[in-house]
Amino acid sequence: MIRSLSSIVFFLALLLAWEFVARSGHYSPVILPSPLNVLEYIWQATCDGTLWVATLVTMKRLLLGYGLGLLFGIPLGLVTARFRLLQDTLGLLALGVQTLPSVCWVPLALLWFGQTEAAMLFVVVMGTLWSVIIATNDGVRAMPPIYLRAARTMGSKGLHTWVKVILPASLPYLVGGMKQGWAFAWRSLMAAEIFVTILTGFGLGQLLQYGRELLAMDQVVAVMAIIVVIGLLADRLLFSPWERFFHKRWGTGSVK
Amino acid sequence: MSIETAITNIAPERIEIDGVTKSFTTNRGTIVALDNVSVKVAEGEFLCLVGPSGCGKSTLLNIIAGLDTPDSGRVLANGESVTGPGRDRMVMFQEHALFPWLDVLGNVMFGLRLKPGLNNKERKEVAKYYLDLVGLSKFLHANIHELSGGMKQRVALARALAPNPRVLLMDEPFAALDALTREQLYGDIQRIWEARRKTILFVTHNVREAACLGDRVLLFSPNPGRIHAEFQVTLPRARDINSVELAHYSTEITAALKGFTNKQGMEVAE
Repeated sequence: MIRSLSSIVFFLALLLAWEFVARSGHYSPVILPSPLNVLEYIWQATCDGTLWVATLVTMKRLLLGYGLGLLFGIPLGLVTARFRLLQDTLGLLALGVQTLPSVCWVPLALLWFGQTEAAMLFVVVMGTLWSVIIATNDGVRAMPPIYLRAARTMGSKGLHTWVKVILPASLPYLVGGMKQGWAFAWRSLMAAEIFVTILTGFGLGQLLQYGRELLAMDQVVAVMAIIVVIGLLADRLLFSPWERFFHKRWGTGSVK
Repeated sequence: MSIETAITNIAPERIEIDGVTKSFTTNRGTIVALDNVSVKVAEGEFLCLVGPSGCGKSTLLNIIAGLDTPDSGRVLANGESVTGPGRDRMVMFQEHALFPWLDVLGNVMFGLRLKPGLNNKERKEVAKYYLDLVGLSKFLHANIHELSGGMKQRVALARALAPNPRVLLMDEPFAALDALTREQLYGDIQRIWEARRKTILFVTHNVREAACLGDRVLLFSPNPGRIHAEFQVTLPRARDINSVELAHYSTEITAALKGFTNKQGMEVAE
């Protein structure tokens, strides 16, 4: 209760300070719109449907790309952790490519796929896949080997060991990796939407870029705020419940 | 299979270790963990293996468990060659090795779920029976991290007993516990051994613990790992770790142990 109160007070103070600076008249509204201008834009864009459509388009791309990234990343991470040859080849590749900021994939995607949805998807998958591979790989390798020995004495082998021991043992890492993958997917999609202008769908990134072209700072700030809120909501709804469960079961983490 | 047959006493197993040799190569050279070791373990015997660290006693246990393979020699369990882990030989490790993603009942059920011939309801009954035997029937759904060290080892014991193995291999299972908890568990393990008729091989570096639990104590000397001496402990059960009679045995074993530890400058717990 006190904690949510402190959050509320903090954000209200932030908004008030912003409003105060905006009203002081030092900066033109084109450079610094007031929070009220931004809210006004959000209200109007929600009513005429612009925001809904853009959010929907963006989420569709995000979920598809993120889903593909997980679908390939988790199994690949599992096998790179358990087979030395794959660790030294694919694992090394993932480690290297993972350091590449996802926006760096955009030029390549544009040349390969042109201004298409495929280019967009490619960038998101590339942004997600490698970090998920790394996180899964690290999770499996952090597992105490005694679990495997104990499981073997009880008659577990092959697929049973994978599904009932290795996978659950590395789940906390896996969720950490999925969370990181989500953040990476989100970043890379915004980069892709800003650079790839296409007619098949007008997403949040494009709305942001469009705001810049129109010198509509209220729109720019509003879209940025919405991107932040979606990221925060995803964290709270998709990942926090899992993390809480693991902390309870494993007895890890001191912050409740 | 009914619950009754799943938890009835089955014949304990006879184990023969025949000329087992095993060496490890480290960056400091080759260590001969076991050098042509042969032991016969009788059915239902409680055999303790003592010796300083690095004398190969844990390696021998792992080989009997089927988790490790010898360089030469062989292990026979009830006349059959051991080629891998089997449900007839369950292991209890020094670290409890319980799975943190399962609760207490889930951990005991893990091995039972892999055992054919039982339905899930029966498996649950069996798991509860063993958790009751180790005094944890009130903690079925506790998370592992919520238990004390002693309780964790009790769960590990229940998990090892649940598939009804004929042999129990215990690798310093009480080494990480405090003295009071350990004493309780000495009582428990003797009670369970008498009630469940298992062949038990118990590895420890604690001489007194070995004398308290074993029918027979094998003293190992390290590098190369060999059986240095053998002692019969004929005290009646249940034995108390603090009894004076026990001290005679542990003094005798310690004296033999000092014979070679002094030479090699090694220390050992009494």
